[in-house]
Amino acid sequence: MIEVTEKKDYRLVTNEMRLEFAAVSDNEAFARMAVSAFIAPLNPTLEELSDVKTAVSEAVTNAIIHGYGNRGRVTDRVQMNCELRGSILEVEVVDRGVGMEDVNRAMEPLFTTRPEWERSGMGFAFMEAFMDELEVFSEPELGTTVRMYKKIGLGGWIVSEE
Amino acid sequence: MDEDYKVIDNYLMIRMPAEVDHHQSVDISKRADRYIVSKQVGNVVFDFERTTFMDSSGVGVILGRYRKISCFGGKVYAVNAGSRIRRLLLLSGLENIVELVEK
Ligand SMILES: Nc1ncnc2c1ncn2[C@@H]1O[C@H](COP(=O)(O)OP(=O)(O)OP(=O)(O)O)[C@@H](O)[C@H]1O
Ligand SMILES: [Mg+2]
Repeated sequence: MIEVTEKKDYRLVTNEMRLEFAAVSDNEAFARMAVSAFIAPLNPTLEELSDVKTAVSEAVTNAIIHGYGNRGRVTDRVQMNCELRGSILEVEVVDRGVGMEDVNRAMEPLFTTRPEWERSGMGFAFMEAFMDELEVFSEPELGTTVRMYKKIGLGGWIVSEE
Repeated sequence: MDEDYKVIDNYLMIRMPAEVDHHQSVDISKRADRYIVSKQVGNVVFDFERTTFMDSSGVGVILGRYRKISCFGGKVYAVNAGSRIRRLLLLSGLENIVELVEK
């Protein structure tokens, strides 16, 4: 796996959680619910909630079906790490699956290696559209890390300011 | 569930589940194709009334059914698609493939 070993500065971190779950499709809904619950204290708007859930669903689904080849093995693991710095959410989805040769190509809209599974090649495009920032690290045979950022709860802040 | 699939004339009506993700989409496509083949329906109508979540898997379901039926002149329709689902369809370039129906 790509080790991202910058030393973490915890001074600005206001909350953090780490999850590890089996790479089976039931856990796609679980991951969405977990991230929703994690950001609930920030009073996200419905739209923000949908945006984050969609992006997480895309990343987790990719880990399960592409990273681990859709084989549904309980011993294959996906990690989801969430962190808040004030109202900035960071979500990291990590798999130790097959990885990608060419990340830039994979991120092009409509690019898919699995048309036979009815994948449409829109996953990365949705992550990009619904989050503020997206970073993808991947190495063949080692796995993939998707990291996304989004500012949450602007609606709530505006209301409480009035 | 099979009560969510109905054939009316030449249309297969599918009541989409609350959450359309990869986990659900495999089953939807399989069931839909069974109806398309066995009842020989030409068109598919996706009803999103109950749907509160969808990701790219839903795009795959719609596109997959379109590919199955369009070569015989069939069409796909979306009913009760809220703004969220419309946005996903637009982002994926499906606006020329799916006919949005107001109910
Ligand atoms: N975690 C991963 N491990 C290995 N390959 C990946 C991973 N995530 C994405 N890919 C590769 O990148 C391609 C594009 O991913 P993207 O999510 O954009 O589309 P898709 O998953 O193929 O289709 P869709 O998400 O629309 O169902 C995939 O087809 C796959 O080849
Ligand atoms: Mg995908």
